[in-house]
Amino acid sequence: MAKYIVKRMAIGMVTLLIVSTVTFFLMFLVPGGPFLAEKAPSAATLKALEEKYGLDKPVPVQYKNYMLRLLKGDLGTSLKQRGREVNDIIFTRLPVSARVGGWAILVAVVLGVTLGSVAALNRGKAIDNVIVFLSTCGIAVPGFVVCTVLMYFLGAKLNILPTFGLTSYKHYIMPVIALSFYPMSYISRLMRSCMLDVLGQDYMRTAKAKGVSQWAALFKHALRNAILPVVTYLGPLLAYTLTGSFIVEKIFTIPGLGDSFISSITGRDYPLIMGTTIFLAFLVITMNVVVDIVYKLVDPRIKLG
Amino acid sequence: MSQKQPFAIKVGPDKEIPLNFHLNPEDFEPASDSEKEELVTMRESVSFWSDGIRRFRKNKLAMASLVVVIFMMFFSFVLPRFYPYHYAQQIRGSEGLAPFEYSETELAAKEAGEKVFPHVLGTDTLGRDIMARIMMGSSVSILVGLVASAIILIIGSTFGAIAGYFGGWVDIIMMRIVDIIYTVPDFLIIILLSVTLKHPLMALAEKPGFGWINRVGVGLISIFIVFSLLYWVGMARIVRGQVLALKEQEYIAAARALGASHSRIIRKHLLTNCIGTLIVTTTLQIPSSIFTESFLSFLGLGVSAPMPSLGSLAATALDGIYTYPYRLFAPAVTISIIILAFNLLGDGLRDAFDPKLKS
Repeated sequence: MAKYIVKRMAIGMVTLLIVSTVTFFLMFLVPGGPFLAEKAPSAATLKALEEKYGLDKPVPVQYKNYMLRLLKGDLGTSLKQRGREVNDIIFTRLPVSARVGGWAILVAVVLGVTLGSVAALNRGKAIDNVIVFLSTCGIAVPGFVVCTVLMYFLGAKLNILPTFGLTSYKHYIMPVIALSFYPMSYISRLMRSCMLDVLGQDYMRTAKAKGVSQWAALFKHALRNAILPVVTYLGPLLAYTLTGSFIVEKIFTIPGLGDSFISSITGRDYPLIMGTTIFLAFLVITMNVVVDIVYKLVDPRIKLG
Repeated sequence: MSQKQPFAIKVGPDKEIPLNFHLNPEDFEPASDSEKEELVTMRESVSFWSDGIRRFRKNKLAMASLVVVIFMMFFSFVLPRFYPYHYAQQIRGSEGLAPFEYSETELAAKEAGEKVFPHVLGTDTLGRDIMARIMMGSSVSILVGLVASAIILIIGSTFGAIAGYFGGWVDIIMMRIVDIIYTVPDFLIIILLSVTLKHPLMALAEKPGFGWINRVGVGLISIFIVFSLLYWVGMARIVRGQVLALKEQEYIAAARALGASHSRIIRKHLLTNCIGTLIVTTTLQIPSSIFTESFLSFLGLGVSAPMPSLGSLAATALDGIYTYPYRLFAPAVTISIIILAFNLLGDGLRDAFDPKLKS
């Protein structure tokens, strides 16, 4: 087990190293370097700035300094928002995104598991067909389509929900639905097929034969086993919620991290782009490693090694 | 027929073999023509393809999705050739028309007896026909899906087949690379690359021989680069798994004994034998590539103007959602139909050609 955890963490570390190295070298492809702005600084200012940030040194030294800074958790300073640290921007924006994303993940997992189980238990009946149909459509509809349809009907036509900002609980409803729609459909498909698999197992018949009540058999035997593959989806789910938040926050004008990332792209704020990328990559990679390890811990059937 | 024996094994409807050690001379007579006829298998032998196609035809949902896919292909590649408006053509005086509305000049032309084709979905603020733009947009989306899947197929199957075939430390190193790439958050890298590659690619396009970069668009090229760097790992894992099982087969040993080279064995024997898996995985890759492209175009990182894509059409229509909702819903519905149809087609192909892969 320890060997597996070490191996998994090592892979995660190497991935992080690669992502940050790629980010560092991509920075050199940007014309004018990191100090490019609408008003080009004078040669003297540029030289002073380069000296200040150590950009006049040879590339290997710069790389070393950059990596050391990253290890300390320093992601640099934003270009457009003068003097603001990237760290500062990330940590004021992140809680907003985390609240919306957290609700979305919760809704996706709870509804997805419920719908998938209901469909599997009523296999072939009308309710199963409805759930399968909805979840098949759900994984085919891009996030921005869900957002705009919700916004048009609930926001503009019926005028029952606010379409921008994040000030009351009502503001959460549409972004959370939009963000959780795809993962909910995915989880319910996954859950349905796993549940059908588990329901056909011998131990389910044994449980029934020894007189376990239907509900106890369902919760203690079927659900516990069928839910395991959903655990492995938690890593990709986080990555999806992050990328989905770019679109959702842009459409519903939510002041979260995704919104700041998108405006940093359109505003060509390179340090902010790089910093946010590395931070989000760190988050996703760590989550993937944690989920993998948790999965091995909760499922005794999986071979360790 | 031998006479009834007290102990006999029944081997046919009216044939029994007596349980004794006396040899029956009848058994050694040459078979008559009618007896030979009986030995011929009644059913024609079914090849891999005809078996798969038969199963696919029975699946109503898959057949329906195939029809939709063919229709969407027709809609995006054939129809624009006969459609009177070009996607980048700005018609003066016809800006911001509603569906089936005519501008004054067009009405005058109609009065004069000329035939004017209606703007089925109206025109945008620059006087471009929206229907023509949606056709072009869906052809861009489908092309991106097809090209990206082809790239993934080539890289993924080669990588996976080499790792699986050679095994040992080659396999360990190659699969470790796959593990690492698998954990890289691909969307972030796509965004990062399409942001930073823009200027170098534009500079490259100025040089002779690289003019095609401008025609394809910097955003699309970044998408293809990322697909070829990151997205093939799923395919590589699947192909490796198949090759690991296939390489133990006798015909591989036979090919090796006959002196076939490694590359010939991989190309002619291993990859051809996982053709079902390759088709299914590639088909299922198409909708996910289209998904990625529409996401990036919606954020303004995909195709560059004036080339439309369904994602960028939806993004530009977002500003006018309250006044012109159809401008938003038309590309939104089109992309959902395309992705859904390809998804169902992939599922159908999987059930027909690769039942083992069912997850």
